[in-house]
Order: sequence, then C-alpha cells, then structure tokens
Amino acid sequence: MAQISLTVNGKTVSADVESRTLLVEMLRDKLHLTGTHVGCDTSQCGACVVQVNGMSVKACTMLAVQAEGAKVLTIEGLVNEDGSLHPMQEMFREHHALQCGYCTPGMVMSAIDLVNSHPEGLTEEQIRHGLEGNLCRCTGYHNIVKAIAAAWPIMHNKVPMAAE
Amino acid sequence: MVVDGIGASVKRKEDLRFLSGRGNYVDDMNRPGQAYGHFLRSDVPHGKLNKVDISAALKKPGVIAIYTGDDFAAVGGVPCGWQIHSKDGSPMVEPRHPVLAAGKVRHVGDPIALVVAETKQQAKDAAEAIILDIESLPAVANLTAALAPNAALVHDEAKGNICFDWHIGDKAAVEAGFAKAHKIVRLDLTNNRLVPNAMEPRAAIGDYDVSSGEYTLYTTSQNPHVIRLLMGAFVLGIPEHKLRVVAPDVGGGFGSKIFHYAEEAALTWAAAKVKRPIKWTADRTEAFITDAHGRDHISVAELALDAEGHFLALKVDTQANMGAYLSTFAPSVPTYLSATLLAGVYKTAAIYAEVKAVFTNTVPVDAYRGAGRPEATFLLERIVDVAAREMNMDRVEIRKKNFIPKDAFPYQTPIALQYDSGDYLATFDGALKAADYAGFEARRKAAAAKGKLRGIGISTYVEACGIAPSAVAGALGARAGLYEVANIRVHPTGSVTVFTGAHSHGQGHETTFAQLVSEQLGVPHDMIDIVHGDTGKVPFGMGTYGSRSLSVGGSAMVKAMDKIIDKGKKIAAHLMEADVHDIEFKDGKFSVVGTDKAKSFGEIALTAYVPHNYPIEELEPGLEETAFYDPKNFTYPGGCHICEVEIDPDTGVTQVINFTAVDDVGRVINPMIVEGQVQGGVAQGIGQALLEHAIYDESGQLLSGSMMDYTMPRADNIPNIFVGTETTLCTHNPLGSKGVGEVGAIGSPPAVINAVVDALRDYGVRHVDMPATAAKIWSLIDANQPKMAAE
Repeated sequence: MAQISLTVNGKTVSADVESRTLLVEMLRDKLHLTGTHVGCDTSQCGACVVQVNGMSVKACTMLAVQAEGAKVLTIEGLVNEDGSLHPMQEMFREHHALQCGYCTPGMVMSAIDLVNSHPEGLTEEQIRHGLEGNLCRCTGYHNIVKAIAAAWPIMHNKVPMAAE
Repeated sequence: MVVDGIGASVKRKEDLRFLSGRGNYVDDMNRPGQAYGHFLRSDVPHGKLNKVDISAALKKPGVIAIYTGDDFAAVGGVPCGWQIHSKDGSPMVEPRHPVLAAGKVRHVGDPIALVVAETKQQAKDAAEAIILDIESLPAVANLTAALAPNAALVHDEAKGNICFDWHIGDKAAVEAGFAKAHKIVRLDLTNNRLVPNAMEPRAAIGDYDVSSGEYTLYTTSQNPHVIRLLMGAFVLGIPEHKLRVVAPDVGGGFGSKIFHYAEEAALTWAAAKVKRPIKWTADRTEAFITDAHGRDHISVAELALDAEGHFLALKVDTQANMGAYLSTFAPSVPTYLSATLLAGVYKTAAIYAEVKAVFTNTVPVDAYRGAGRPEATFLLERIVDVAAREMNMDRVEIRKKNFIPKDAFPYQTPIALQYDSGDYLATFDGALKAADYAGFEARRKAAAAKGKLRGIGISTYVEACGIAPSAVAGALGARAGLYEVANIRVHPTGSVTVFTGAHSHGQGHETTFAQLVSEQLGVPHDMIDIVHGDTGKVPFGMGTYGSRSLSVGGSAMVKAMDKIIDKGKKIAAHLMEADVHDIEFKDGKFSVVGTDKAKSFGEIALTAYVPHNYPIEELEPGLEETAFYDPKNFTYPGGCHICEVEIDPDTGVTQVINFTAVDDVGRVINPMIVEGQVQGGVAQGIGQALLEHAIYDESGQLLSGSMMDYTMPRADNIPNIFVGTETTLCTHNPLGSKGVGEVGAIGSPPAVINAVVDALRDYGVRHVDMPATAAKIWSLIDANQPKMAAE
C-alpha cells in the first residue's frame, strides 16, 4: 500500500492504494466518483477518459501512484457550482448525443480535449478521427459529431451560448 | 394546450444525470458489508471436469467461501423460455444448463467456481490457486463441424448435436411453384456471428436480508420481472414475494441483457450462504466469452421466378448455432422470429423453411438487436438482387413488381403472419428520392475518375415487433405471457408517477412515456416521473426487447390512463352536479359540456384523496389504476434503406459514403429519439456488414475475443445517416405505434452488401458474405483481375 495525494476536481485528496491499483479504480472505488466508467480491459473503449494535468487520459491505462501530485478532472468536475453544465455537456443534450449514457462521460472528456486542442477549427473528418479512442454502441456517432461541432464555437467564444 | 406531447422532440430528462456523472449503474452501487465475487472459468472448449481442488485457494488472504458445481447440484438448471417442436412432433432436446459446470465444461468461459472474498483482487488472486483437472475432449466449434458424421457430442442426449429440426410453410405448394418456374435462383449465405458488446459489461449484486428472509438481486437486465420469474421459480426456488430484482440504469442491452444468466443465480444463492451482499462485475474479456452472442446462421435459399420476374416460391434451409447451452429465448430466434419473416414485403405465393438448431462448443447464441429478422432480411434482399441480375432486370423494378400493394392490408402471408398495415412503395420511393438514386451513375463515374469503385445498394424490409398475443406466442412455444403492465399513480396534488414493466437502457423512456402522460392527462413534464426496473415498485412486467416498449408498454399506459379519466369523470360529475355522460376531459380539465363549469385535473386528484364531498357509496377514494395490455397481433414496421459505398481497389477498404433510411414505424412520439434509434441500429448493421465477426478456431478458442481483435464500429467507420419516416398506423393498438428499436439493424446489412456487390459488378462477384473486410474484398478484386484483363 502507498498513500498518494492529488487534486481531483479542484479538491486535494489522498488515498491508500496498492501499487497495482489503476487510476480509474481509485477514482471509482476509493473516491466514489462513479461517473468515470470502465467498458473494456484493453484501453480501446475510452469510457474511462479523464483529464490529467489538462490532457485527456484513459484512466485504465495509468496507475494511481503515477497520479501523485497531479490535477485530475472528471466528468463530475465539469458541472458548475450552480449545477449548470459545461458547453460540451449542454451540446450533447441539445443534439441527443447520448442514449444509454455509459460511454458519455469519457466521450465528453475526449471531446473537450479535442476542441481545446483545435483552436483553428474542426472539420467533421477531424472530429471523427479524433474520436478513434472512444466507442459508442448506441448512437452511431452521428449526433456526437454534431454536438462536438456545435460546442466548438461556444468553447472558443465565437458565438454566444444559445440559452443566453 | 398540451406542451411537449406526442410528436415533439422533447430533450431527454435522463440526460442531466448521465451527462454529469450521476447515473446509477449496477457497478456504481455498493451495499453495506459487501464482499466480492469472481468466477473461475474454463479455458478449455470441451472437457471432462474430473476435479476442482479448492483447498489451497481457501487459505488465500481474504477468502470467505468458494463454491463449485457440486454445491449447485440441488438447485435447478438455468431454464430456457421457449420450446420448439421438431418436424416429427418431438420436443427440442433441452439439456440441463448447470449454474456452475458439473461433470463437463462445454465452452471457453463456462463458469467452474465462484470465489467470494473481501476484495475484488483477493477473489481474483485466490481463483488462481484453484487446481483444475480437466480432461480435454474433441470440440465442435462451428456448425459444419458439429453436423459432420461422428462429430463429438456437446451433450450426450443431443444425437448429431441437433437440438431441433423444425419446419414451417407449405412444402407441396413450394414444389409446385418451382415446377412451373422460368428461373430458379440459388444463394448460399452465412449470417456472421456477432458479439453484442453493450458498452456497460454485465454486473450483479446478490443480497440477502437475514431478518426478513428477502433476497435482492441488482442486475444489468432489460427485464427484471422475467429474471425474477426464471431465477426464482426455476433455479433457486424463491417465491416472488421474497425476491426483489432491481435493474437500475443499464448501459445498453441490444438483447444481450434480456437473458437470465448463471452468474445472477450463483450470486443470489451464495449471498444467503455467506450472509453478505456479493458484488461481481464482468470485465470485457468475460463479456466476450459469456454474454450470449448473436446471428450465426448458414442458409441455402432458392427463389423461383416466372418469366416476368414475379416471385413464385421461396425455399430456405437454415442451420442455426445455439452454442453450448440453450439461452433464454434462443430457440425462437431462427424459427418464429426469422423464418416467419421470409415473405418480407413481397407477395411470394408459397414459402417453405427448414431450420436445424445445433449445439456447438461455443458461447450460447440468442437474440441480438433484430433477432432473426436481420437474418431473414439479409437472405431475402440478397437473393432478390441476385435474381434481378440473373434475370437482367432492374433492382428497383423487380422489387416494385413484387411489393404487397398498400390496398392489400390486412395481408395474410403464406407463412403464418398477418401484416396489419404498411405502404412499402411510399418508404421505397421516399428513400430513392432522399438518396438521389437517379443521380447515382454520375457519382459512380466521378468516383471512377478518382480510381474508386462506387456502388449503391437497396434493401426493403418488414419486421415483426411486440411479439403477441400471449395465447398465440404460447401456442408457438413461449413459456411466458407477452403483455405489458402499467400502473398510474396520481398523487393528491396532481403529480403523477408511472410504474412501467418496460425497461429503459438507452431508449429514453423517462422522456417518451412522460410525453404520453402529458398528452393524455394534460399534466406538465415536471409533474411526471417514470419508474421502471424494480420488481419491488412495479407491479409486474415483461421488460424491453423486440421493440415492444411503446407499442405494448405505452398501450398499457394509455389503458390505465383511460381508467383514471373514467374515474375522474365520475368525481367531476359529483362535484359539478352533472350527469357523468355530460363530462368531457380535455387539456387537463373536466368540464360539463355546453357550460363554463370545469374542474382541473389537480382538483379532481385532491378530491379523490380528501373525499369530503365525494360519491363515497359508489366510488372508492384514491386515484390510481393498473392495466395489463395484451396485444392482438405483432406490429409490422417496414421501410427501405439505401447505402452507397466506395471501395479502394488497391486496399480493399470499403467506406460507406451515404446512408439513407426511410422507415414506417407507426406513430412517432419523439422524432429526435426515433432518429437516434435508427442511426444507432444502422451503425450496428454497418458493423455487421463490414467489420464485426466473432471467430472461433477449430479447437473452440474465440480468436476475436477482445476489443483489440473484434472490430467495433468507430466514428470514422460510420457516415452521417439520413433518417426519414413515412407513416401508416398500426391498426390494433391505441397509439398506432409499431416500434423502432431494431429497424436500423434489420434493414441495413443487405443494403451495405448489395452496395459492395454493385461496386464490384465488373469483377464477376456474385455474392460477398459478411463481414466484407478489406482483406476479403482485396482478395476478390485480386482474384478477378486476370478475367477483367481478358475481357
């Protein structure tokens, strides 16, 4: 067992973990942040994507001890204090980009990184290619692609949010 | 005015919790004092289980108990819910399916022992210390091997590995049709084996309350009441009032979570032994080797045509893989859910089908999105395309010539079903127009100029949903009723809770069903809650499969709400001193016809619960009604799918460029959700056609047993999918709805393959079996190059 400290969703936390414990197991089992899901065991599905120090990471592919001192952001941390959602979450809802909801947290986290890393703009082809690491079995991706395209201008301050 | 009622694309209620990480899936749940279960599974495809030595494992840290097949000798086997009789009248061979393997292991993944420990890792570690003595036996890993002479037997009692040998239709009429045929077209087809792969792996928690003697099973199920019935009555002998089954948020099912699985029974039983809750969550590898697979049929089809291209008769001989044991609804899939659909949208005069169901040393095979109907549709729409080519007829014309016309409904097919409504020409013309079929040749030329082979494929289909009525399904072998249940509870202040036996695992019932209630009772959405997935709350139900939730479950709600309105009218008549026949209910108000006297729905609800001024002699207080709805017939969605592909002849890679689906799903409640259902189904169909294949090697090892080996469709494999609707109403349910959950997966695979074969038309390719992988297409192109050059 090792004790590690890190920042998760803006709060400093510490946990006792085995050296073999994965980051996703610590988030789910020790910190009870069950929004991050596990959909496979070969790092293919992307249901467990979180941000570590601003980069999207498959939390099943990183040991918890490797996150010592890191800043981790999970799907729960995207929701504002007043309960309002991140623009990517809003656009997923607006465009019916989720059905069973299981791949959704990882999909949203990947999508945010994809939009952030393309300030110059995103084509449909780039979005589809950028989702290579995330599997969805329900939607056929059509509406996920639409949601990400719609979130890009909002996240880059190109248009005001529809609701405002 | 009803806001957000029937026909509105209301944003989904459930999305807020899913988007903010607050979903409540089984693996997110933990019970006080919970232990963890791990199943040790066979890595031998077929073997004699001589000994399971748990002595060393029991001494490992954290181990609470270890159970093996011997411990389950006294409980029942995992039951099958559908019985088929063979041609000779004998019942199907139904071998015992033990909860944990007893005497023999029959497929890779067969569970041998359940280890219960303090932590997940301790349970896994201890399982490694169990010593197995398994004497390997020859295995039959596919249909051909299982049916070979002197093949090894999966079950001693199933001679020749045959589970049943069934038939349907008029053989003599078919022979007569063939005798007068101008042409007979034959096609051999394989419908590839698939792994459903819902993104949430299965999970379960077994729990037992020592003080009350009540068992609770939390499980990833599409139909908790069915699990309660099967597990309680047939396996563990627990009466319903002592067994609660909860299926909370479930991360996709596609059929694979309909069935009662052995792990559910093992965990529930063991929880009472160790007197602690036991949690188990499958990893993806476990899912690949234990979740029921789909499809896996081999068929020979022969179509007889007259000189003008009319379909005279169809004969089909199918072998269907059942896997090592009979899963819950497996026998119904190749028979009543597939062979009966062989008329399709055509007025073929005579049809005869034979189906052999076969045991193999593979994971059980059962319903996967579409369940039998994709197999029938693939067969029909492929042979129609082949027939068109061999008769030198246009693919559009041959279909139009044979469609059942819209004035022929109700239409009795020659193969059991009676279609109630449809307009196949409307969906066909709608799709041809939306896909710009007329402009295709220009696109083919443009692609050729870039060195690409472009093809277009058409598929038309009809399918059968909401399997019913119970009496008919029972006569065909179903061992359960096929109605649905709704309980509508109107609270004193006028808010409404709906308890439905249908289950949502992505379909958005919390929204669609609220739209129904809002439409009929005039209650706003924020005053309506939909409750499902808990046998402790919902009176009864049959769950969600076969696209039945709206047409059957929604109809039960309409029926229950009719009762609420009837009672409300009596209360309103009393309050307003009018005759009950003069009371009208509209837009959430009970009014006296021809006057301005009215009472709101909320006032009537309050009066029902505070019955101070109330017709107490004639009417009980309260406002809550339950309805069971047993449909009169199946519903018959239909439509047309058109796919356009481009093949790179240098690599064999096929890219789907355009996909158009125009479907008739009956009345649409939420168009946004309907579009999403079709798009998701089409993506699974494209996956089947181009990418997905569960492959066993000859020894019975699953080669494509992980997401690194089994090709799941990703965002760049799937195009934008155009979805249109052309509506005819179902004539026998109160909503007129037909069902939408499966149409995408049913209509799309033949559209894709017809497009691939069309793209390869200059290469002498007559048929391509699924999946049309790059390697397969490249080989076909490569093999046919010399012939091209010679021409």
